[in-house]
Amino acid sequence: MLIRRPSDILPSEITPREVYFNRRQWMAGAAGLALAATLPRGLEAAPLSAAKSPFSTDEKLTSREDVTSYNNFYEFGTGKDDPVAKAKSLKTLPWTVKIDGMVGKPAEFAIEDLIKSSALEERIYRMRCVEGWSMVIPWVGFPLADIIKRVEPLGSAKYVAFETAYRPEEMPGMDSLFPVLEWPYVEGLRLDEAMNPLTILSVGLYGETLPNQNGAPIRLVVPWKYGFKGIKSITRISFVDKQPATAWNKQAPSEYGFYANVNPSVDHPRWSQATERRIGEGGLFVKRRPTLMFNGYAEQVASLYTGMDLRKLY
Amino acid sequence: MAGRASAPGAAKGFALPQVPKILVYIVGFIPAVWLFYAGITDQLGADPMRYLEQALGLWALRFLIATLAITPLRQLFNLNLLRYRRAIGLLAFYYAALHLITYLVLDQGLDMAAIVADIVKRPYITIGMATFVILVPLAVTSNNAAIRRMGGQAWARLHRLVYVAAVGAVLHFILVVKSWPTEPLVYAAIVAVLLGYRLVRSQVKKGSPRRRPA
Repeated sequence: MLIRRPSDILPSEITPREVYFNRRQWMAGAAGLALAATLPRGLEAAPLSAAKSPFSTDEKLTSREDVTSYNNFYEFGTGKDDPVAKAKSLKTLPWTVKIDGMVGKPAEFAIEDLIKSSALEERIYRMRCVEGWSMVIPWVGFPLADIIKRVEPLGSAKYVAFETAYRPEEMPGMDSLFPVLEWPYVEGLRLDEAMNPLTILSVGLYGETLPNQNGAPIRLVVPWKYGFKGIKSITRISFVDKQPATAWNKQAPSEYGFYANVNPSVDHPRWSQATERRIGEGGLFVKRRPTLMFNGYAEQVASLYTGMDLRKLY
Repeated sequence: MAGRASAPGAAKGFALPQVPKILVYIVGFIPAVWLFYAGITDQLGADPMRYLEQALGLWALRFLIATLAITPLRQLFNLNLLRYRRAIGLLAFYYAALHLITYLVLDQGLDMAAIVADIVKRPYITIGMATFVILVPLAVTSNNAAIRRMGGQAWARLHRLVYVAAVGAVLHFILVVKSWPTEPLVYAAIVAVLLGYRLVRSQVKKGSPRRRPA
């Protein structure tokens, strides 16, 4: 499979090797210090150092305030302001991510070790919500492919399944009057989607560890798919041979598919996906902008779906 | 004129102090004024247009529910708020109109092609529009002259359309959200109770014809 980089990036814009390696050592030390200082409460708001990435967009960032106060994280309630109000109760330390299934080296990573041992990058991505709004978010994370390579998937592994923490006592939205989703929240990717260099596990945004409402301590970011694919507060990653179940697909199969690629020509059954509102643009007088195929990442990912009927496999 | 509830005409019902109806309008418009002010001054969060649009719709539904609550309150709890029903009903209409204008102008930017496509293709928009259309004749005839012109019975028959509007409004609300969040279901349950009450009462009355019609 050919992975193309955006053609407008000059070699000089890419971080030199020596800076890259130095940065990694420096970062490990800094993150270690910051983590030690915040240990009793969790990982929140510890500074992270990250290399720039050629995959970042230069569009205007959505403000930190908006990115961290307007969230869908139904474990804490269905209102956009529920997560910021209620996610404080989630304990993000200690935290382990278990990797199992069809892999040569199953593993269980403590989150602080995972952060320290990964080459962090800043990835400024567009995020398009299935509800018709979008943001531009400076994530900090590392390619999912990095961790996949470490655990050595078997030839039989075709998909990657993800699972969010199941903690009703820390997640007050889980016992709503009518269950909004089947818990725990689960998501999945085809192995080639998971290996695509755009796909990252994010551990931070705006240069700091993730706030709880954004999916602390570790979450998936797949910028060419609708935001709900970006499963938050991950505790388990499994390699499987069959397409895994996904939370929203179980809730409403006719509305939310496994692929959930951003696609302006395939509407949600109840609303159009042709346009979007960019959060923070224009306030009350926000102007809709056209939604782009694969959220503008067609150059890097369209080849993953050659020959597929994206109307049927939405 | 604002009188006292202890006046002979208001013998039935709690001794509530009567307030001028204009006060109902003034208080009723406080949310709208605040919402527009907060929207202009960037106090409605990350997605102010959507917040304003949804809040106006929700207030329309709340006032609609309030008008439907007036009869049961009188019959069950002897609490007579009948003199405010017209004002509350008109407030429901005004909020529905503001909600619609927000959708047309701020949400869709008066893109007529997109609006028409929405009305034709999106059941929640179709239902929302139909609900507003139903409210128009009710608002237009919410005055004494219309009652005189139409005659009380025909007027009352027309105004039973408010039941259809209430069902339309909650359907519109449920169809716009993902999954089954509690809030729209609570509103749906309230409307179901208020309409169910009327249904049960009319059945009971049919069953015992000697009871005086209310």
